[in-house]
Amino acid sequence: MPILEAKSLTKRYGSNPALTNVSFAIEPGRIVGLLGPNGSGKTTLIKLANGLLQPTSGEILIGGMSPCAKTKSIVSYLPERINVPLWMSAEELIKFYSDFYADFEPNRAQDMLRNLGIGEKMRIKEMSKGTREKVQLILAMSRRAKLYMLDEPIGGVDPATRDYILATIINNYDPSASVVISTHLIADVENVLDDALFISRGEIVLYDSVDHIRESRGMSVDGLFREVFRC
Amino acid sequence: MDTSFRQNEPIYLQLIERFKLSIVSGELLPGDKLRSVRDLALWAGVNPNTMQRALFELERNGLIYTQRTSGKFVTEDADIIGRVRRELAEAKTAEYLGYMRSLGLKTDEILATIKEKEEENANS
Repeated sequence: MPILEAKSLTKRYGSNPALTNVSFAIEPGRIVGLLGPNGSGKTTLIKLANGLLQPTSGEILIGGMSPCAKTKSIVSYLPERINVPLWMSAEELIKFYSDFYADFEPNRAQDMLRNLGIGEKMRIKEMSKGTREKVQLILAMSRRAKLYMLDEPIGGVDPATRDYILATIINNYDPSASVVISTHLIADVENVLDDALFISRGEIVLYDSVDHIRESRGMSVDGLFREVFRC
Repeated sequence: MDTSFRQNEPIYLQLIERFKLSIVSGELLPGDKLRSVRDLALWAGVNPNTMQRALFELERNGLIYTQRTSGKFVTEDADIIGRVRRELAEAKTAEYLGYMRSLGLKTDEILATIKEKEEENANS
């Protein structure tokens, strides 16, 4: 059964269409890039999968279920914006997450904080933007989830941290879990992706494996993106 | 993390090429045990499924073999390694000749260029 499936999914904000008749299925064990220019519907799709928005029509299913408390226990969601209380320290957040999520592994979060040189006593509000993003990503990746939905996880961090994050995703790989990464920094993530899901103006324009894109078109996913979305 | 892959070609094919080169050049010796798929994926900075696919192809070509419980190993069959060496050499030669012909050089000129360069290398 697909871990994430959209069936004729449509979302409108008032009269503005954000997603139009989107259908796709992601099987377990895949790392999928959700790729599209700004305003193409990436975040809307991720929010729908996490129950933060309701579809106008159609449905989105996590392991066959509509978003609910049960799906939230198997989906690890990294929002594009800060979603943790600013007054908490990294240490307190680890406790907080341990209480909230049965699949959260505090020792993994502590290891990653140490590797990235982030002090556990530091409060979120005292951290730089990049450090905040790292802490949020660490929290998301320290769960043993079935589906990770990472909305722009590498946008605000330096290249060395980017490498570390991608290595964490590879190292965390589990054949029964899938990872969806939304980004427009395609060249950076391309090597770790199985599949690319291109979204444009709220519609899926391409869903294919990275290998097949390179084989059939003789260009990278990044190259194809630049061609498809040329301004 | 090594991310120096060519843009226009599937990554698993480039991984296969790297493994072949490592085996033929003796960087990986016959009978050497390979690291786990996850470790190799991390080392190359690629998706574990991509690494798995490359290893599967190498195994199909007889360059590596799996021992059920203990992992994957480099073949000890010298014939297979010799065959891959010839294949790699032929492919590179074809590429080189194509380039030299596009420059307008004829066979005797190409051979002379090679000889000249070899003598230069020997003297340096």
